[in-house]
Amino acid sequence: MTEEKTTQTIVRTKDVYKTYNLGKVQVHALQGVDLEIYAGEYISIMGPSGSGKSTLFNMVGGLDKPTQGSVYIDEVDMAQLDAYELAWLRCRKIGYIFQTFNLIPVMTALENVTLPMIFAGLTTDEARDKGVQLLGRVGLGDRVQHKPYELSGGQQQRVAVARAMANSPAIILADEPTGNLDLSTGKEIIDLLQRMKREEGVTIISATHDLKMLSVSDRVVWIRDGKIDRIEQRENLNIEVGTIDKQTE
Amino acid sequence: MPGDGNERKQSIGRQIVLPFSKALEISLRGIRVRLWRSLITMSGVVLATAFVVSVLASGDVTRTVAADGSPAAVRALQEIGIDPSEMREVNATNAWLAVMSLMVCVVGIVMSMLMSVSERYREIGTMKCLGALDSFIVKIFLLESAFQGIIGSVIGAAIGLGVSFLSAQIHFGEILDGKWPVVAIFRNTGLVILVGSILAILAAIYPASLAARMEPAAAMRVEE
Repeated sequence: MTEEKTTQTIVRTKDVYKTYNLGKVQVHALQGVDLEIYAGEYISIMGPSGSGKSTLFNMVGGLDKPTQGSVYIDEVDMAQLDAYELAWLRCRKIGYIFQTFNLIPVMTALENVTLPMIFAGLTTDEARDKGVQLLGRVGLGDRVQHKPYELSGGQQQRVAVARAMANSPAIILADEPTGNLDLSTGKEIIDLLQRMKREEGVTIISATHDLKMLSVSDRVVWIRDGKIDRIEQRENLNIEVGTIDKQTE
Repeated sequence: MPGDGNERKQSIGRQIVLPFSKALEISLRGIRVRLWRSLITMSGVVLATAFVVSVLASGDVTRTVAADGSPAAVRALQEIGIDPSEMREVNATNAWLAVMSLMVCVVGIVMSMLMSVSERYREIGTMKCLGALDSFIVKIFLLESAFQGIIGSVIGAAIGLGVSFLSAQIHFGEILDGKWPVVAIFRNTGLVILVGSILAILAAIYPASLAARMEPAAAMRVEE
């Protein structure tokens, strides 16, 4: 299985450094990160706050550019892309899921799901049909006309998953997707993401502290002090569940 | 391989610029949902234009009455404290008041648009993550402000016209029969509506560009 997957790299970071200037102080958020993410895998990025986890996560999601080094998405150097190409990439190649759901509060579930399709140039009718179908797939077929505040947290995150899948992306970038959900609802979202991975072959990259999330990950990347501390395969993870507990604290 | 980046770059498309109607739809929805806030912003425009229109229209009326020159007209003017020989001074003061009130109105719009932008930071970041171009974000905010400006100026102009018509009726009633400076009043009113709408758009340029320049990663931030 891994043999086949290693043949196609979807995201690659090459010696990535990121330095933030906070007044007179320089913060070295990332210090030489080399990472390859393969198409169709479920990868989790772990690390304490301040470790550079978020920076790396934003980097592989095309939301931030490195100070030094390169990030390739689908073997295209992000630094070469102009604003129109970046917007296209975010619209078509990457689906985003946020800890705080980030549905547009003034829009119905369906309008939220169709928004990226509208950005992609679909007609209103095409987008509506596809949106209804996607909402059906995440189990919200009877909630299409509900506004976000009329939905529970889990339902909102389902809408967000449907929205992330709107333009059939190659990558889903999930930032603590279960962070604001209770245990069982979080589990449902994880199952949903796994199903999307299985059925659509989408690559899932998530930043998380959730142990449930770790156990379904193909690989876990541990970040510490702006560097990759270690990368673990799932097989090894299951054995070490006891130790993960400590490291997430 | 990273080296053949240029070939693979073919696989990246360019985001299309959305039709104007989409921006229009989204900004209209924004106004509808934040109706109360919009109304408050709009009330600033309404008050300013109502004031300016009434000042200008009253000016037109008094000028007409002064030009009439009849003893009744002079008496009517003196009753409201205007010396027909000092019309020029009155006009200058009125123009100054009009400009000041429009300036205050612009500051009000800038403030409320800035608030609207900071309130929607995450929404804007999310839209950018979903593929919105900067120009689209700019359009949404400019349109929103333009609507508030246009609707507010029209309502304000109507109120201003009504008030100055009533006051002219009370003070000058018969003197004005058949002599209403209709053309001048409507020309000035049209001008005020135009200026009000343009100022509303100008006032939104800075907040809108602030919104458009925002990093999409802002959508990821949890605090708020």
